[in-house]
Amino acid sequence: MTATNSVNMEKMVVVEGSYSVAHSVKVCRPNVISAYPITPQTHIVEDLSQFMADGEIPDCEYLNVESEFSAISALVGASAAGARTYSATTSQGLELMHEVLFNVSGMRLPVVMTVVNRAVSAPINIWNDHQDSISQRDTGWIQLYAEDTQEIADMTAQAFKIAEDKDVLLPAMICMDGFILSHVYEPVVLLEQDLVDQYLPPFEPEFLLDTKNPMSFGAFADPSTYTEFRYLQEKAMDVALFKIEDAADEFNKLFGRYYGGLIEEYNTEDADIIIMAMGSIIGTLKDVIDAHRTKGEKIGLLKVRSFRPFPKLAIKKVIKDAKMIVVLDKNISIGLNEGALFTETKSCLYNTNIDVPVAGYMIGHGGRDIPVSTIEKIIDEAKNAMKTGIDIESQFTDVREELL
Amino acid sequence: MSSRPKSLLAPGHRGCAGCCDAMAAKFTLMASGEDCIVINPTGCLEVMTTPYPESSWEVPWIHSLFENTAAVASGIEAALKAKGKIGKTKIIAMGGDGSTLDIGIRSISGAFERGHDFTYVCIDNEAYMNTGVQRSGATPFNASTTTSPAGKVSFGNQRPKKNMPAIIAAHGSPYIATTSVAYPKDMIRKVKMANETVGPTYIHAHAPCTTGWGFDTSKTVEIGKLAVETALWPMFEMEDGEITKVRKIKNPKPVEDYLKMQRRFKHLFTMKGGEEEIKKIQVIADKNVVDFGL
Repeated sequence: MTATNSVNMEKMVVVEGSYSVAHSVKVCRPNVISAYPITPQTHIVEDLSQFMADGEIPDCEYLNVESEFSAISALVGASAAGARTYSATTSQGLELMHEVLFNVSGMRLPVVMTVVNRAVSAPINIWNDHQDSISQRDTGWIQLYAEDTQEIADMTAQAFKIAEDKDVLLPAMICMDGFILSHVYEPVVLLEQDLVDQYLPPFEPEFLLDTKNPMSFGAFADPSTYTEFRYLQEKAMDVALFKIEDAADEFNKLFGRYYGGLIEEYNTEDADIIIMAMGSIIGTLKDVIDAHRTKGEKIGLLKVRSFRPFPKLAIKKVIKDAKMIVVLDKNISIGLNEGALFTETKSCLYNTNIDVPVAGYMIGHGGRDIPVSTIEKIIDEAKNAMKTGIDIESQFTDVREELL
Repeated sequence: MSSRPKSLLAPGHRGCAGCCDAMAAKFTLMASGEDCIVINPTGCLEVMTTPYPESSWEVPWIHSLFENTAAVASGIEAALKAKGKIGKTKIIAMGGDGSTLDIGIRSISGAFERGHDFTYVCIDNEAYMNTGVQRSGATPFNASTTTSPAGKVSFGNQRPKKNMPAIIAAHGSPYIATTSVAYPKDMIRKVKMANETVGPTYIHAHAPCTTGWGFDTSKTVEIGKLAVETALWPMFEMEDGEITKVRKIKNPKPVEDYLKMQRRFKHLFTMKGGEEEIKKIQVIADKNVVDFGL
């Protein structure tokens, strides 16, 4: 389904992407926010801190912790004690949280966290790519990726709804491209408190740390029981596949905006070539595709919103009749020479009767600009590959040979 | 009817006979009552009390990881505060020396600096017992552990114990006390005092480990008392950074009395030069007598 976003000039305000997120968090009525500052996440936590200082988030505690490790750990305790919980981080901060991320999902705590995507060190680099969150893909968190500042604002409310659903109870990472979305000023509709209150019910968990009904969280599971914990997490991800769609649909009904559920399709119906990607690059791709469509070229776009759970069925349904698939990844699995979306797209086509060539391009590492000319070059190569087959299955893009 | 408070640590846990952790947990719960939430790091206590689907804990309990206990506790405190439930329910983090002095010190420092209203109980058995008696920052001088073994050219661990109460005191904690599982009344009183004090409070309980230290399972209390009676484990209370109470020792016993009962110090009595090493330990005890006015 294609995005439907009515432009409501009366309601729109020009704010920074980070502010749109902070505002959404505020109207979602969190009880505990815990965060540690790291570029380019800082503006979100600064805005939230200001809301706290102005008394605009009732029944909420904000913890200025001493590390990202404690930021997420504090939310383990807070969520288990029945609080709606939020954090934001990026890059090194997210990597420092790694151990705790498994713990949050293993205990089925529906923490929501914005990841302002940034490259990881070394070499140190503060600009955008997706290596940080992609490297956490196996931690049992839902991972959603936003295209623009309105989508990340809207996705924030959706994430709480999905994560806290009693049939899901999984933490959710909502990802926005560092600087490109976090620091850009764009017109957005800030989420209305009354509508959010209709959309998002209070968090009332069935299991919590309650002195009237003592329960033990985080017990020791030996080989006779451990497997089932993992199995149930996977089953919850299956449920999340539906809940992510539902959350987007319900949001559309109330707010009149829709950015896709698990995926968004853009001119895919009759497309020969379908480009797949996640995050802010989608905007550039839509422009490029519009230009090609005016020339009558059948090029479409498949935006992946949900990377975890990975929407195999939805993706297969869209790409099955195309002649060529191109996947753009702002990350790499070093030693495999592939980006994650590429690898996983290929993998979901195996053992099926879908026979479509898939080419991968790793692009925009460490914030390297992705100009239209680069996309055009990739499209040209895809056109050739349609005729002659894939020359190179997966490759780096725009490598500066003179630096090697 | 007994006037003793109800034990909120149910029997049937997998602790060793004579386990110091079980004693510490039991005394802490006796002091705290039913209206408390307990946070444990990974370690013996967590493993032995919660083999899924069983649990010995008759109060709400959570274990997250090895190094984040104080952070988890601070999140629980924040949640109760946000929901208007703070003030009554006691929040008690209870960790071993490894998770307290070593791997968890960052989150402890953060939680104490932020001033959360909770009590941290360190159960100090002076090494990583759950993983097989490896040296920690709390391992005493000349103790033999599996990663600081005595050998032909070593008398074991060559560093003194890290002074954790002083580190906590530097954070401005309103109440800090050292105690020992060998003195249940003392420990219960101090945990109560910590619970009743608003702000982040700290109890450091000396805890002889039958398995790790190498003594008969019936001797936990005896060994614990000897540590105090030899002045190797001073018991004191600090309020707002000042030592306010000290448990006096009339005639400190020689440290040999304590050392000779434990396998971890056995080499000091068999190796050439051991006598000199014991003298060095006596110096530590003598200094405690002076420093704390024992």
